[in-house]
Amino acid sequence: MSAWRAIATIGRRELVSYFTSPVAYVFLVIFLLLTGFLTFTAGAFFERGEASLASFFAWHPWVYLVLVPAVGMRLWAEERRAGTLELLLTLPVSPWQAIVAKFLASWAFLAIALALTFPVIVTVNVLGDPDNGVILAGYVGSLLLAGAYLAITCLTSAMTRNQVIAFIVALVVCLFLLLAGFSPVTNLLTRWASPAVVDTVAAFSVVTHFDGFQRGVIDSRDVLFFLSVIGFALFATGIALRRR
Amino acid sequence: MIRIDNLVKAFGPKRAVDGVSFAVERGEVLGFLGPNGAGKSTTMRMITGFLPPTSGRVSVGGHDVVESPLEAKRLIGYLPEAAPSYPDMTVEGFLDFAARMRGLAGAARKRAIARVVELCFLESVFAQSIDTLSKGYRHRTCLAQALIHDPEVLILDEPTDGLDPNQKHEVRGLIRELGRTKAIIFSTHILEEVDAACTRAMIIDRGRIVASGTPDELGRPLDEVFRRLTRPDTVKS
Repeated sequence: MSAWRAIATIGRRELVSYFTSPVAYVFLVIFLLLTGFLTFTAGAFFERGEASLASFFAWHPWVYLVLVPAVGMRLWAEERRAGTLELLLTLPVSPWQAIVAKFLASWAFLAIALALTFPVIVTVNVLGDPDNGVILAGYVGSLLLAGAYLAITCLTSAMTRNQVIAFIVALVVCLFLLLAGFSPVTNLLTRWASPAVVDTVAAFSVVTHFDGFQRGVIDSRDVLFFLSVIGFALFATGIALRRR
Repeated sequence: MIRIDNLVKAFGPKRAVDGVSFAVERGEVLGFLGPNGAGKSTTMRMITGFLPPTSGRVSVGGHDVVESPLEAKRLIGYLPEAAPSYPDMTVEGFLDFAARMRGLAGAARKRAIARVVELCFLESVFAQSIDTLSKGYRHRTCLAQALIHDPEVLILDEPTDGLDPNQKHEVRGLIRELGRTKAIIFSTHILEEVDAACTRAMIIDRGRIVASGTPDELGRPLDEVFRRLTRPDTVKS
């Protein structure tokens, strides 16, 4: 069997399993309510008086901080706990195929959640005349951001059989990646550290790299940043899974 | 079919499997006996490629399990000790998944599923979700998964555990039947199963083989032989 067929089979099983349990629906409802609330109320969508989704995307690093680890925490921890890891890894697949398959399935689930926010695009287009290219870039960036958080959650999930631990550790790691470039934190840092140090720290942050997408710029360096976070975290997942 | 050469698995300072060597050919059913913690499951996990050996070699059908794991794994059907399965799936969905993972497609997949459903008596729960099943059915669902690709090698870790006496009888008969054309290793603590299903038995204690041969060669009665050769886990080494 080819590698891609194995990946497709495992990925399909994983994606279907989201929808056969209430997890998917609870997640989708909370995600849509939360982004809606934050965009229109806390984000002051109408008071801004501009046809853009800035108030929508600005919240994504924060919303994902809690929701993405919640989606990914079971990926490997549950396989360990239930003993199905032994079943999965003795099937004729290599560990990296299983890792990629599970990651892609969860990422596809997050993409579905993101796609269901389409009413905001409709709204902003009805009310005004936004630059839809900027909106598209925002969605691309948001998906990459979710992927980076998700890959980190894969890693923490592979290290434990306890989903709660996987969730909390992933949240803390993602919070670090978030705060390293969050302006209140960087402003605080500039009091003690030289600008070069602050910039270096901020360069590791998802916020710094997500900014460009929100302004409508798809910079290859930002894309590369997110893809390397994903690649590195999935590679480390493979190492974590060797401990059985 | 299965060749094991001086296999060692150490967990820290403890050697769970300590220099085990044996071979199983097609047409043989090897019963793997031993007290709890003797190293039966660890040995099976190394044969199936789940645990990497500390030293020694395992080859299945001529493929080294460490060097060419995919080729070896294709030949093996494996029932792990806890008989795990995905509880959110139906029996049908789970077997379909297993069949796809074994590269079965179309009509061949349908036939394979129908065959194992019949072999493992799963017709009545075919459409049921696995988390609603009793232990015996879950166990047989996992066994069905191991048989789905009609493998040449079967590794069954306590295949009759948790079954009622009728089911135990059926599964032993199934193992004996399948053993005519396959190489099978199964572990058990139940000594009657050795007579009921095995062509050969091996007693393992603290990671070492302490006896091997046909049930008759091991001596009678078997439970006395077993007690003489193995130390209960309540005794300190």
